[in-house]
Amino acid sequence: MADSLPTEFDVVIIGTGLPESILAAACSRSGQRVLHLDSRSYYGGNWASFSFSGLLSWLKEYQQNSDIVEESTASWQGLIHETEEAITLRKKDESIQHTEVFCYASQDMDDNIEETDALQKNTSSVTSSTTTKPLDSACLSEETHSLYATDHELPAKGTPKSDGEISLEVTDVEDTLAKEKYCGDKTCIHTVSDGDKDENKPIEEDNTDQPKRNKITYSQIVKESRRFNIDLVSKLLYSQGLLIDLLIKSNVSRYAEFKNVTRILAFREGKVEQVPCSRADVFNSKELTMVEKRILMKFLTFCLDYEQHPDQYQAFVQCSFSEYLQTKKLTPNLQHFVLHSIAMTESSCSTIDGLKATKNFLRCLGRFGNTPFLFPLYGQGEIPQCFCRMCAVFGGIYCLRHKVQCLVVDKESGRCKAIIDHLGQRINAKYFIVEDSYLSEETCSNIQYKQISRAVLITDQSILKADSDQQISILVVPPVESGTCAVRVTELCSSTMTCMKDTYLVHLTCSSSKTAREDLELVVKKLFTPFTETEIDKEELTKPRLLWALYFNMRDSSGISRSSYNGLPSNVYVCSGPDCGLGNEHAVKQAETLFQEIFPNEEFCPPPPNPEDIIFDGDDKQPEAPGTNNIIMAKLDSSDEVKT
Amino acid sequence: MHGRLKVKTSEEQAEAKRLEREQKLKLYQSATQTVFQKRQAGELDESVLELTSQILGANPDFATLWNCRREVLQQLEAQKSPEELAALVKTELGFLESCLRVNPKSYGTWHHRCWLLGRLPEPNWARELELCARFLEVDERNFHCWDYRRFVAAQAPVPPAEELAFTDSLITRNFSNYSSWHYRSCLLPQLHPQPDSGPQGRLPEDVLLKELELVQNAFFTDPNDQSAWFYHRWLLGRADPQDALRCLHVSRDEACLTVSFSRPVLVGSGTETLLLIVDKSPLAVEWRTPDGRTRPSHVWLCDLPAASLNDQLPQHTFRVIWTAGDAQKECVLLKGRQEGWCRDSATDEQLFRCELSVEKSTVLQSELESCKELQELEPENKWCLLTIILLMRALDPLLYEKETLQYFQTLKAVDPMRAAYLDDLRSKFLLENSVLKMEYAEVRVLHLGHKDLTVLCHLEQLLLVTHLDLSHNRLRALPPALAALRCLEVLQANDNAIESLDGVTSLPRLQELSLCNNRLRQSTLLQPLASCPRLALLHLQGNPLCQAVGTSEHLAELLPSVNSILT
Repeated sequence: MADSLPTEFDVVIIGTGLPESILAAACSRSGQRVLHLDSRSYYGGNWASFSFSGLLSWLKEYQQNSDIVEESTASWQGLIHETEEAITLRKKDESIQHTEVFCYASQDMDDNIEETDALQKNTSSVTSSTTTKPLDSACLSEETHSLYATDHELPAKGTPKSDGEISLEVTDVEDTLAKEKYCGDKTCIHTVSDGDKDENKPIEEDNTDQPKRNKITYSQIVKESRRFNIDLVSKLLYSQGLLIDLLIKSNVSRYAEFKNVTRILAFREGKVEQVPCSRADVFNSKELTMVEKRILMKFLTFCLDYEQHPDQYQAFVQCSFSEYLQTKKLTPNLQHFVLHSIAMTESSCSTIDGLKATKNFLRCLGRFGNTPFLFPLYGQGEIPQCFCRMCAVFGGIYCLRHKVQCLVVDKESGRCKAIIDHLGQRINAKYFIVEDSYLSEETCSNIQYKQISRAVLITDQSILKADSDQQISILVVPPVESGTCAVRVTELCSSTMTCMKDTYLVHLTCSSSKTAREDLELVVKKLFTPFTETEIDKEELTKPRLLWALYFNMRDSSGISRSSYNGLPSNVYVCSGPDCGLGNEHAVKQAETLFQEIFPNEEFCPPPPNPEDIIFDGDDKQPEAPGTNNIIMAKLDSSDEVKT
Repeated sequence: MHGRLKVKTSEEQAEAKRLEREQKLKLYQSATQTVFQKRQAGELDESVLELTSQILGANPDFATLWNCRREVLQQLEAQKSPEELAALVKTELGFLESCLRVNPKSYGTWHHRCWLLGRLPEPNWARELELCARFLEVDERNFHCWDYRRFVAAQAPVPPAEELAFTDSLITRNFSNYSSWHYRSCLLPQLHPQPDSGPQGRLPEDVLLKELELVQNAFFTDPNDQSAWFYHRWLLGRADPQDALRCLHVSRDEACLTVSFSRPVLVGSGTETLLLIVDKSPLAVEWRTPDGRTRPSHVWLCDLPAASLNDQLPQHTFRVIWTAGDAQKECVLLKGRQEGWCRDSATDEQLFRCELSVEKSTVLQSELESCKELQELEPENKWCLLTIILLMRALDPLLYEKETLQYFQTLKAVDPMRAAYLDDLRSKFLLENSVLKMEYAEVRVLHLGHKDLTVLCHLEQLLLVTHLDLSHNRLRALPPALAALRCLEVLQANDNAIESLDGVTSLPRLQELSLCNNRLRQSTLLQPLASCPRLALLHLQGNPLCQAVGTSEHLAELLPSVNSILT
């Protein structure tokens, strides 16, 4: 299969994260021959979403990753000519660290669930966005017709067969993970093992005194693995943000569906409460007094066009936003709402930045619903795939599990002219786009990376109960002590197609100061209580219970200047991995900037032509979708079966 | 080139579009023509349904075609079997819905649906309600759909409580919704009928307080949204006062009986009937208005025959019965007296508090407090200012007079577009206050000088006034309604901007009239004064007409009975 790859391209893109995928779509859309490669077996890189077992396999992979011994470079060294030199790419991904898993759910394995390793299965098929369309989801694309008749068949073709060399087959790693870990005074058990130790433990079900709570066991989670789409990076789309604009403009939105985030929450005085941020929210709020309603509305209205009223903030430009808020007659709860839940800034941020953030939040309100955010159904990992699909529709060629050994640089011109892949094949191109994590230690030796602390929790209840249990909420927990970071919490319900029924998927994100667990555990403890078989006191019962938790650190390669990398030829462009921010603005901006740099005269992701405006060859009555013959596309299968 | 699409150029696209449009237009016109021909020929069959649905499907606002469809459907009703008809109705309903999706605000389509549902033997109202809910989901302010919903709810019938809950849900989503507030104002009195005979539309206090809280939430959230303020006004307002005869006045000298009504009426054959009973026997009289014009008026009068006024008897009793208004009033003329009257006092009746309600003053007081609170936060909100003024008037017009005037000043400054309206409103309130003060003082003298009045109103309340001072105001006319002041002897209207004197007509007792420093330009403007028999002194200094040559002569000719005319 792989030897059938053409050897001449305009652009070779290594990595399928969001900025790379947007670039791929943009390049392919403007007529460039694009080869899009990823050494991983799934799309999205650190932007991917996994089923539950897919996530476990991903964890295993990182565990295994560290055991890989550097192979000799001899296999490809001979392919480099004398007039050339090679820039080696990294063998193993080091962007994920400190993974720690805790399982609290009962591990009765009575129904003997076979854990499937999703990474190994490649029944790939991207379902068309038109197949399921829940009424309440915010669908960006108004047109429902397909651009090409063959659209639906497109991605299934030519899935690369797994070949021994880069196989991610994980066989004997259970033992390495199946060790017990102590966390405080509780015993937390790593869950990757098929632990049969608790087999005989009886399930307590006659707890009639206690309010009835659905009990989800670990085996149920594993059994329903495919209901989960767990994002590695937790982001939302600002409904007036760059990504939404790009999705709509380029028509990529037709490949995805979205739901509006339903609630903005605040954590104040140990309690979770809902933040009224839209006009309707303020009107309906039972917590605010009439006067508070007016003061809040007045302030928010002012923020919407604060630039027009410099007299109202000019005197405070030197102050922090929180100091400024104190001067605006806002009661302490309102100050908290504005600072942490609406502007979502650190207390130290300047007045102007705070006003800007507030304005941005408000600008996004009401476009698709009562909060400014959208969440993509089936997880954030859908988005890069949507752009890849657009790229493929316009002829881009896809190859997953395809490692690149090195970049070949022409000594004389100093420009990169080719790559050599793991099969020793030389592929020529004019431009090369590489995701940061593929670059070798040598190339990155001058760079101090920031880190993102992440936690993924599966819980049994929402952090704020409401009439409907189908809520998508975002909460910012302000830093407990100065110097630490605010923690962003996103809680997803099952109708977002990211978790099984009767559970919630909770993402915690902050920029790291220590390991992810050290950074986030305190907040997790405040909001949740670990699941235990025996019910504890009633007060604890009001908190949602943790069924499962994962902590990890992810490298944040955003904001690194191009010049910090050692010895990269001018036609090699670097995309960064996910940043810590809530929106996707950084990725979109980066993709657009790089595209303009490479093709200054081309439009960035223009709207696709109307189907009726496409001219087909006279003889060929059957419209032929461009590129379908050559497409090699694979897809992580985790979510597909759920979708269809 | 690999992967590159060939796309039509923009000229090609434009041309293709133009051709398509041309084609469409041709089809549209020919179909329309065919329908009209068939209609003329009386061929009202299913082919007409088919043709009209093609056109209406694209343009549902073609009213004539809906008429055609109705004709066809009526015709088919007679011809088809019940099963066929049911199928026909089903397609028609489906078609209507598709038209509504083309234009959810099409009058013709909604009307046609009403018509169709009205004809069905067993209409499925639940389905219609569901349809309304769906369309209001898309646009919660589509008043066409609201209208249709009220029709459906009335027919189904849906309990008002359910409909109220529905308005709740839409107000929760977006409270800028006149339709929804209005619907509440219709549903609440139905839900809470008041047994006492009070004015229609009043609510029990607990319900009223809940509604007030809801609407306060709205105007505290967005004080610039009018819909909430209007609903607030409805909540605090009350219906029109009951019909009544306010005042009866009989004068021996003029041999005249004057009646003042609670609302303008038109007395005469075929309209309102007014019965006069003098000393227990009916008397046929001619009723007329003070200014002689036959149009609805607050005040009507009639001449009395000498027999009913003779001074032999100790007293004469005059009873007027207003049959339509179900009201009557009696007054007595005692021997030796020149006049007699009977009057509802404006102070007793709280006549001028009718803008806002008869609700308990505690409710009004707390409303006033929250509005003042809001006003502190929003000093420039006109709705808030106006509501404060109205609440103060409803509570105690005299106590709050000074404060009210200050609020008027602020209001005029923030809403200069409505300055004239506000001036008039202010004039009205000041006049009301003066009437109240006069009545408390039990005098027939009314001082309205130096009040910046721009308009005169409530003149029917001044039936008994003998001395009226209007000097130093901004009046531009003495309006026809002034003719109601049958007892007026002295009228001072110096230093105004008066240009016309239409109201100074047939005032039987007017002796002295001061009109110095006004804008009277021609002596002919004084013509109405000729009908005032006792006018003896007229001050005209400082008017433009004084400059004209021959004015004095002209005036002497025009007003021969006036002894002294000062120019």
